[in-house]
Amino acid sequence: MKNTIEIRWHGRGGQGAKTAALLLADAAFQTGQQVQGFPEYGPERMGAPITAYNRISKDKIRVHSNIYEPDYVVVVDETLLYSVDVTAGLKREGALIINTAKSKNEVMKHLHGYKGEVVTIDARAISEEMLGKNFPNIPMLGAVAAVTGVMDREDFFSEMEKSFQHKFAKKPEVIEGNKKALCAAYEAVAYSREMSLSA
Amino acid sequence: MRTDVSKINEQTPHEDLTEGLMIFAGGTSKQFRTGEWRTNTPVFESGKCKQCLLCVPVCPDGSIPVANGERGQFDYVHCKGCGICAKVCPFGAITMKEGITA
Amino acid sequence: MSAEPIKERMSGNEAVSEAIRQVNPDVMPAFPITPSTEIPQMVANFISNGKIDTEFIPVESEHSAMSAAIGAEAAGARTMTATSSAGLALMWEELLLAASNRLPIVLTLVNRTLSGPININCDHSDGMGARDTGWIQIYAENNQEAYDNYIQAYPIAEDPRVHLPVMICQDGFITSHAVENIDLLPDDAVKDFVGTYQPEEYLLNPGKPVSVGPYSISAYAMEAKKNQEDAMESAKDVILETAARFQALSGRKYGLFEQYRTKDAEIIFLLMGSAAGTAKQAVDELREKGKRVGVLKLRVFRPFPEKEIAEALRRAKGVAILDRCESYNGCSGPLGSEVTAGLYRNKVQIEAVNYIYGLAGRDFTVQHVKDIYEEMRAVCAGEKAAVQHQYIGLRENKN
Repeated sequence: MKNTIEIRWHGRGGQGAKTAALLLADAAFQTGQQVQGFPEYGPERMGAPITAYNRISKDKIRVHSNIYEPDYVVVVDETLLYSVDVTAGLKREGALIINTAKSKNEVMKHLHGYKGEVVTIDARAISEEMLGKNFPNIPMLGAVAAVTGVMDREDFFSEMEKSFQHKFAKKPEVIEGNKKALCAAYEAVAYSREMSLSA
Repeated sequence: MRTDVSKINEQTPHEDLTEGLMIFAGGTSKQFRTGEWRTNTPVFESGKCKQCLLCVPVCPDGSIPVANGERGQFDYVHCKGCGICAKVCPFGAITMKEGITA
Repeated sequence: MSAEPIKERMSGNEAVSEAIRQVNPDVMPAFPITPSTEIPQMVANFISNGKIDTEFIPVESEHSAMSAAIGAEAAGARTMTATSSAGLALMWEELLLAASNRLPIVLTLVNRTLSGPININCDHSDGMGARDTGWIQIYAENNQEAYDNYIQAYPIAEDPRVHLPVMICQDGFITSHAVENIDLLPDDAVKDFVGTYQPEEYLLNPGKPVSVGPYSISAYAMEAKKNQEDAMESAKDVILETAARFQALSGRKYGLFEQYRTKDAEIIFLLMGSAAGTAKQAVDELREKGKRVGVLKLRVFRPFPEKEIAEALRRAKGVAILDRCESYNGCSGPLGSEVTAGLYRNKVQIEAVNYIYGLAGRDFTVQHVKDIYEEMRAVCAGEKAAVQHQYIGLRENKN
C-alpha cells in the first residue's frame, strides 16, 4: 500500500484544480504508473470550493473512495485557508503545497498547527509573468511534481510537453508559456527545498 | 420461424408461441373470420348504386371489395354488420337486414 | 489467442464511448442527463469526425429515446442509448416494451440516485428501480469492466436463446468521471468479437412482413411473459459462454459474480459496483491481520444468480449484504431481500445482515468495511444479535 501516493487538491471552480489533477494522472500514466484522477462532484459553480484527488501507485488501484489521509495537499487558492480545513488528515511526513505570495510563517498561522512540511509557491506571479494571465494550476502542477517526486524530472517535463500539445492543440500559442510556467515553478520549489534542507 | 397463424390458438402451449408474440407473416387478419360476429347484415342493391365508393373507406373491416374502380358484393366472411356503410350511402343502395344472412 | 492490450488511461464514460466507437452501432437515440451526458457527447463527436457512421437521433426526452430505440431495433438496426437516474425512470414504460418485444437493445446506465432529495451523485436506485423490467443488468467495478461489459453486451443480447435488452451499469462520477488505467482491445478484435448484426426477423425486410408488439388477449399474454422469463433464465448460460469467449480474447475473466479471497473466508462482503474495489482493499488489510474475509462482487444482477450465490456462501459463517439503494419496504434493500431469499431456498443457514451504504454519493471507505467486519464477527460469534437493515456512514444520535 505504501507504494501509493495520495494527493488532495483544493481549489475554486474555474481555477483548473481538476484539470491539474487529471494532467498529473496523465503524466504519471505516461511513465508507466497506475493512476487515479477524480474530482469530488457537487453543485459546481465558478468560485465555489472544489476538491480533486490523485492516487499514483506501482500497484493496481482498487479503492474508490475519497482521500482522507493524503500524503500531500495542494491549495490552489490561498483564500481557501479561511474557509476549508485544508490540513485535515494530512500526514505529518507529507507536505502542504500552497499558492501564495506570503511567507511560510504567515501561512502557518492558518494551518491548525500542522507540523509537516509547508511549501509556498507564488503560482500567480509565475503565471502572470509567463502566460500574462492568472492560471495558477500549471505552475502548481510543477510544484507538486517537484515536492512529491512521483516521477523523474526529465520524464515529467517531456510527458507534460506532450500533454500540452494535445490539450492546447487549438491554441498552440499558449504551449510555450505553460511549459515555462511549469518549469519555473518546479525549479523554484526544488531550489527552495534544497536550501532549507542544507540550512 | 415464420408464423402459421392457423396453427396457433388458445390451446397452444407457451413453448410453441412466437417470441414476444410477434407475428411473422402479413395479412393474417384475413384468417380471422369476424363475419361470425354479425347479427345484422347489409344488403347491396346494385341497381341503386352509383359507384361513388363512399362506403368503401368507412368500412372498419375492409369488407367491401373494389375491382376496376367498382365495388362488388360484400365480403360476408369478414363483415361484422356494423351498418356504417348503410348510413353513409347517399342513394339507399345498402339496407340493413336483421339476421346473419342477406 | 489473446489480443495485445493497448495501454490507456481514461474515465469510465470515455471507456464506454471508446467501446461504442469500436462496435459502431447503427442507431443511437439519446437525451443528455448527468452523469451520462458525456457518452452521447463523445459519440456525437465520433460521428461528426467521421470515425463511425452511427445514426444519432436527438430526441426531446428519454421516453422518446427508448421509443426510438425500440423502433430502430425492431426495424433491424443494432441500437443503443445512454442515460442516468430520472432519465431511466422516464423510460420506464418503454423499458418493459423493449424486453417484452424481445429487442436486443443495449443501454449504458451511469448510475445516479433517483430524486429526491434531488441529487446528482451515485447510488443504484435508478438501476434497481428498473430491476423488474425484464432487462439483463450487468454492473461494473471500474472503467475496465464498463468497457469490457459493453463489448460483451451485444453477443449476449442478440443470442437467439436470449433476445433481451441489456443494461450495462457503472457508478456515476465514481467511475464515470475518474481517470484510471485501462487495457483496450484493438478495433478489429472488438468488431470480430461482436460480429455483424443479422436479425432473423425485422420490420424493414421486404417480402418477410412482421408485426411487433401486437395486442395480446389474456389467452396469450401470460404465456408470452413465461417465455420472456425463460429467456432471462437461459441468459445465464449465454453470459458465461460470452465471458469465456471474451477471456480467450482479452485474458480477463468474468462470471456471474467474482469471488475475491472467499475460499476459506468466514465472513463475506457481498456488493456491486465500484465499492467492491474498496472492499477488496479492506479484505487485503484484514487478511494481513489474519482475518478470514472475502468479497463476493455481484456482476450480473439480472438474471439473478440465486442458487450460485447461495452455494458460494454455503461454507461461510456470515455474509454482509451491502445495498447501495433503499427499497423503502421497511425491511431491506433489493440485494438484501433477494440474497437472503436465495439462502433460505437453498437451505444455507448462515448469518446474513443487510447494510445500506453510499446513498446519493455518500462516500464508502475501507474503514466502513472494517467496521462491518467487526460487527459481523461479533454476530457470528454469538456475542450480539444481528440488526438487520442498518445504515453505514450515517450521522445519527448514538444514545
